[in-house]
Amino acid sequence: MKAILRAAWAVFARELRLALRRPAEGAQPLVFYCVLALLFPLGLAAQDSALRAFAPAIVWVSALLAALLGIERLFRSDVDDGTLELWLLADVPTALLVAAKLAAQWLLIAAPLIVVAPIIALALNLEAHAVRILVLSLLLGTPVLIFTGGFAAALTVGAPRAGLLIPILVLPLMCPALIFGAGAVRAAQAGLAVEGPLYFLAAMMVMALTLLPWATAGALRNALE
Amino acid sequence: MWTWFHRLASPPSFYRFADLLAPWLLALALLLLAIGTYAGLFLAPADYQQGDAFRVIYVHVPAAALSLFVYSLMAVSAAIALIWRMKLAECAVVAAAPIGASFTALALLTGMLWGKPTWGAYWVWDARLTSELVLLFLYMGVIGLNQAYSDARTAARACAWLALVGVVNVPIVHYSVQWWNSLHQGSTILSLDAIRDPKISGAMLWPLLLMLFGSFTFFFAVWLRRLQNEVLARERGARWVQELVPS
Repeated sequence: MKAILRAAWAVFARELRLALRRPAEGAQPLVFYCVLALLFPLGLAAQDSALRAFAPAIVWVSALLAALLGIERLFRSDVDDGTLELWLLADVPTALLVAAKLAAQWLLIAAPLIVVAPIIALALNLEAHAVRILVLSLLLGTPVLIFTGGFAAALTVGAPRAGLLIPILVLPLMCPALIFGAGAVRAAQAGLAVEGPLYFLAAMMVMALTLLPWATAGALRNALE
Repeated sequence: MWTWFHRLASPPSFYRFADLLAPWLLALALLLLAIGTYAGLFLAPADYQQGDAFRVIYVHVPAAALSLFVYSLMAVSAAIALIWRMKLAECAVVAAAPIGASFTALALLTGMLWGKPTWGAYWVWDARLTSELVLLFLYMGVIGLNQAYSDARTAARACAWLALVGVVNVPIVHYSVQWWNSLHQGSTILSLDAIRDPKISGAMLWPLLLMLFGSFTFFFAVWLRRLQNEVLARERGARWVQELVPS
């Protein structure tokens, strides 16, 4: 048991170390997120009150796209340098190593997005209570995003002609998270109860965290066979 | 029973079995669909509220039922393919996807045509409609993923994983009408209450049942044919295929 956890920790730490050596690359999703969210107000008339109504959708959809930005390369280098083959041969459940890697990716990609989301939301005229719910909904929703993205990346890792396939695979699967995530923020805006959508998001997160690593490991094994 | 099942799973005997079954299924499907279409268009009375517009039901309901059924069938085949590594089940997943996508597109299209005269809009962003659209994109994902790989087996197994994960959408589509306040009505015929206390008149119901059975048979006929193609293409090196198809 101890050896298994040590292996998972090693994968987690390696991900972080690799990312910290190239900080500029790690900042890309964050910058992308800010630019994307900035484009929506530019498309509307200045001082348009519709912006407030659209704010939950803008913050959520932009986070979705920003998190997906680099996910295609997730397993690519591990396949190229043979790391993944060693994972599959190792005496440790591959699903656990996958979960460790995805958890590190969440920390690297999604956590910074959650930190800047309140700033963007305030810039889009969301009030303080809605912003708090937004952060909560992103905390629950982004793990679903990263884990689903990881699954799609594993599905296409052996495909030379993947192209735009990953977003096509991930975005339909992300619809429920988007509905309940943005729905919770809208409910907060309207002064309604937010527990319902948040519980749904939490349930989705638990399912994604527990089931998707196994599917991802299976897809990786299939791609390398 | 089990030995028969195992023998059926081997490609050559499945091919022969499907060759026997498919023409009969297709003939039955065409017969049912022909009678159902005629009865739906001419024999069933016009609805007292919707007039003749309600006749879209005879295409819309079978297509929508099949769009969900085919995806569930794909998920079951996917589970069989991944657990028992059965080659035929892998073929079943990829062979079913384009048919399911067509039925989903048909359900959306007929739904739009039906929505215009009755709701006054082709499209509303409503739970049932949106989740059905998501289902179409899931089908497209499976089709796209299948074509992204050059190796047929790897592609089919990747599709199986995707189909298995995507199946979470099926209950969402099915129950969306009850969970959210939807403009789309609930199911009128396919529920236990409806059998005890029918909500649709018998004169309207029997053509619909014919169309439903006809569409399901049609799906199975086309699916068997596509499966045969899949099997032939994969086993093209095998002796039984070369004897069957003189090059």
